[in-house]
Parts: sequence; structure tokens; C-alpha cells
Amino acid sequence: MILLRFILLLSDKLPILLKKGSEADLLLIDWYGKRALSKLRTERLYRNPILDKELRHRRTIREAEMLSKAKEARIRSPYVYFLDTYRNEIIMEYIEGANLKSVFSANLALKLGECIAKLHSRNIIHGDITTSNFILENRSQDNYTELAIIDFGLSFFSQRLEDMASDVRMLKEVLNSVHYEIFDQAFSNFSEEYSSFSPSGRGRKVLRKVDEIQSRGRYSRIANSY
Amino acid sequence: MLALGIESTAHTFGCAIAEMKGKRKGTFRILSDVRSSYRPPEGSGIHPREASRHHANVCSRILKEAVMRSSLKMEDIDIIGYSAGPGLGPCLRIGAVLARLLSTYYRKPLVPVNHALAHIELGAWLTGARNPLVILVSGGHTMILLYFNKRWRIFGETLDITIGQLLDQFGRSLGFSSPCGSMIERLASNSNKEYSGIPYTIKGNDVSFSGLLTAAIKRTKGGSFDIGNTCYSLQETAFAILAEATERAISFTNKDEVMVVGGVAANRRLADMLNYVCTRHSSKLHVCPIHYAGDNGVQIALTSLIDHVNSKVSVAPENGFIDQAWRLDSVNVRWR
Ligand SMILES: Nc1ncnc2c1ncn2[C@@H]1O[C@H](COP(=O)(O)OP(=O)(O)OP(=O)(O)O)[C@@H](O)[C@H]1O
Ligand SMILES: [Mg+2]
Repeated sequence: MILLRFILLLSDKLPILLKKGSEADLLLIDWYGKRALSKLRTERLYRNPILDKELRHRRTIREAEMLSKAKEARIRSPYVYFLDTYRNEIIMEYIEGANLKSVFSANLALKLGECIAKLHSRNIIHGDITTSNFILENRSQDNYTELAIIDFGLSFFSQRLEDMASDVRMLKEVLNSVHYEIFDQAFSNFSEEYSSFSPSGRGRKVLRKVDEIQSRGRYSRIANSY
Repeated sequence: MLALGIESTAHTFGCAIAEMKGKRKGTFRILSDVRSSYRPPEGSGIHPREASRHHANVCSRILKEAVMRSSLKMEDIDIIGYSAGPGLGPCLRIGAVLARLLSTYYRKPLVPVNHALAHIELGAWLTGARNPLVILVSGGHTMILLYFNKRWRIFGETLDITIGQLLDQFGRSLGFSSPCGSMIERLASNSNKEYSGIPYTIKGNDVSFSGLLTAAIKRTKGGSFDIGNTCYSLQETAFAILAEATERAISFTNKDEVMVVGGVAANRRLADMLNYVCTRHSSKLHVCPIHYAGDNGVQIALTSLIDHVNSKVSVAPENGFIDQAWRLDSVNVRWR
């Protein structure tokens, strides 16, 4: 983070490649005097070009759309400045803060519960809930941290409990593998806040659905599935 | 120490004898490796009971041959490892019965082995991978795994059928005999490579292939179609899904090593794609050599040796269990 601030001072050196993500290159750029983030979905030469183009195009448009919709749910997410559907690039607000993956705690799972419940209340399914898709923004001016959500490439609209449960199941899987040390506390915190920010009774229903999906998991069927 | 490893989770019945000196995996040596695979009639799938009948028929011959080729006698063997799951009940039972019998008769410790874990251990021994992100792709599994603190943890997996089932079920619908993976690979690579869209499903870190299977089969039922191009499209889509899931996992974990194991690791196209992904993220790809990618007794012998040498584990013959649904992430990996 300190390194990053230092880099920002040298803003005439922009653009700077921040990260080669799984789908995109993330570049810190100068956007009319403001620093901004360019998310460029670059070619994947290993894939068939027709498939590749289609995936990158669809996800870029979806992401830009949903970033705006998330605002209506009163959730912190980057503002979109510019969308280039030809290059598959989104230029968006750069949110300064720590990636949730690296600072995750059971306490922060409370904020996750709130954020995801609010999205679901607007029938937005994120589709890629993992701790690296959240930024803990530090607003030093008002001495306050806020959880921002990013990476809407796999998101869609749905009112189905199954789809909401699928988001929660993804989170559970990440907690259980990478954040296993605090899994129990983190997931119970998450569930509590998720339920209390969901419309009456729905949170519980979604959580029950998650258990149901997991109990009819692959392995109860393995014997018949060859 | 010498081990007999018995494998019988699905198609393959295999026995192998191997040696390890002390606790060092580096001294592991394969003394014999004999296998026989059940081949279902063309166009039909593996039927658990038919496969187990095959195993029952060949098991004494395979065992004898394994012992003979090692130039040892059964009395020289120190431990008996068998694959206890996950897999098909009737098939597992044949291996377990044989293992219990030998353990009782020759008074040798009996060591149950998790089949998925055995794929990983053998892959790591063969490729020299130390602490990789593991892509386990076979008939029974499609998982992305990470090792932390005594357990392999599931970072992502299939939500419905496995990649092996996708290839087999599609091949069978065309009347091929399973396993169909290499046939589909050949048809795809000899085709005109005309891609036509097939549903691509990735859910976060997990993958799904059932929609793909339905769409591909439907295409072959709809009058004129080209088998090669359909195989190509199916394979391109399915492997791109796996490659993307792998890329997500590397990006999240920053792992500098990736290892692909299981029967589908034998596919060149998949290895090419994974190689591209790994290069982009400066990670090294280890691919399990084709000859050991599929099920075999060697992986069981190796894993039973490591487990027994490090933790003295064994079970009494009457407790030689099988568990069709033995999840890899429930195994306490005492030695790693
Ligand atoms: N608007 C933003 N402001 C600040 N940082 C961001 C922003 N968008 C993305 N990042 C950083 O870049 C990383 C990758 O972004 P994103 O998830 O959108 O791309 P991705 O291709 O899916 O990459 P990954 O494989 O890491 O998930 C994030 O984890 C975050 O650290
Ligand atoms: Mg992301």
C-alpha cells in the first residue's frame, strides 16, 4: 500500500500495470487529470477466438451495467467513467484500500453479509463472490472504512432463491478453503447479517437452500454417475 | 519397506509392488505394475456390477503377475495398501476383499488409501511438484485443490458431472466405447476446427458441464452435423472452462506451481491450454505423465507407504472399510 501511494505521486509515469487478473489486465491510468482504473479484458490465445471474443464482450458489458445498478442498491462500488465495447475496456473509479482477501477477519464477514443481502434485495446475483472481489476502502478524511464490491462480469438478475444461494455457497467455499482458520465464526457472522439485511424470512430461506444444495452434492450420487 | 498396492475404484483393476527406503520419497521404486481395464460394450457406460465381475475374474491373475514381475514372494511384502474410496461400491469391494484376505493370511498391516489423494501423491513424486495448486480431472473427479495445514482443501469443483463423465457420456451417445476421451481428442484434432457455440458455464470458482453435455448431444440428434467439429467445439468449451477456473485459482492464490493429475491429464489440448495459463501468471505447470495419469496400483502402493512409514497407520483386516463417497477434503494428511 505504501508502495502504491508512492507510485501515485509519480502520476506522470501512468499507466501502470497493477495486476494481471484472471480475466483482465488492471491498469492505473490518468483520466483527465484524475487517476482511474482501466480494466481491459485481453485476449486469451488458448481459447477458440469466437468463444474468446464472445466471453470478453458479454462480460464487459454486463460488468459496466451492473456497476451502475449496484448504486441503486446503495452499495459502494466503482463509478464507471467510460466503456469501450470494442476493446473490451472499462475505465472506472480507482478505489483505494486493502483487498479484503488480505485483511479478512470474522468481523469483516459482518459487512459481507450486509453487502450481499443488499445486492440480493435488488435481485442482483453477483456470480463471483470471493474475498478478492471486495475492497476495504479507507476514507481517511472521515476516518471510516467501507466495503466496496467489484468484478461484476459474471453477474445477472434473478429472483430465484437458488441463484442467491449459489452466491452464498461460493462464499462458503472460499471461507472453507482459504480462510479455513476462521470459517465457523466468519460464516456465522455472515449469516447473521445476511439474514438481518434481507427482507423478512428470506435470508433464512436462502441459507437453508445452501445446505440443501450441499447435501445433494456430487458425492451422494457418485455410485450412479459413471 | 515393500508395499503391494491394489486399485479397483472404477474401470481399472491394478496391482503394483513398490519399495521405499526409510521416510524418503526419493527412494521410492516401482518393482511391478500390472493392470487390466474393463471395457463396456460400445455405446454403453460402465456398469458397476459388470465392472466388478471383470475385476473378480482378473484379480488373481493380476496379483500373481505383479508378484512374479517384482521377483519377490508374497511373504517379502511388508504392507498391503488398497484403495478404499471414493468409487463404485461393487468395484471397491473386490479390491478390499482381496486386500483383507492377503492381510489376514500373510499377517501384514492393511492400509486404506484415499484414491484421489493417491493420484496427487504419485503425480507429485513423478513431477517433483512441491506444494502445487492441484487440478484433479478424471472420471470421478473435477476439482481444484489447495493444501493448507494437513488437508487438501477444495477451492473449486464441478457442480454436476465431471469432465470425464462429460467426455464419456458424449462419446457413448455417438456409439463409442468408453473411456472416450482419447477418441474425442483425435476426432477434434483432425477436424476442420469450426467452432460453434455451446453453453459455457462457470460459477465463481466452480464449473458445470451438464448443460454442455445436453447441448452437444442435442446437436448430434438434429440431422446434419459434423462429428469432428462437434467434438472440437465440445472439447474447446469444456477445457476453456477448466483453464479459466485454473486461472482464477492461480490469480487468487499466487501459486507458482500447478499440477494436473487424473485420467484427463493425458489430453494434450488440455495441457496446452493450462500451459498458456500458467505462463501468463509465471507459474510452472507439472503434468502427470500419461502412463500414470489413469488409475493404477502404483499410486496406492506409494501412498500406503508414505502413510504407514510416517504415521504407523494400519487397520485390522476386519476393519478394512470401503467408502464410496470418501471426500478427499475429509482426509487428515498426517505426513505432509
Ligand atoms: N476499481 C478498483 N479500484 C481499486 N482496485 C481495483 C479496482 N478494480 C479492481 N481492483 C484490483 O484489481 C484486482 C483484480 O480486479 P478484478 O477482480 O476486477 O479482475 P479479475 O480479472 O477478475 O482479477 P482476479 O483474478 O484477481 O479476480 C482486484 O482484486 C483489486 O485488487
Ligand atoms: Mg476478480
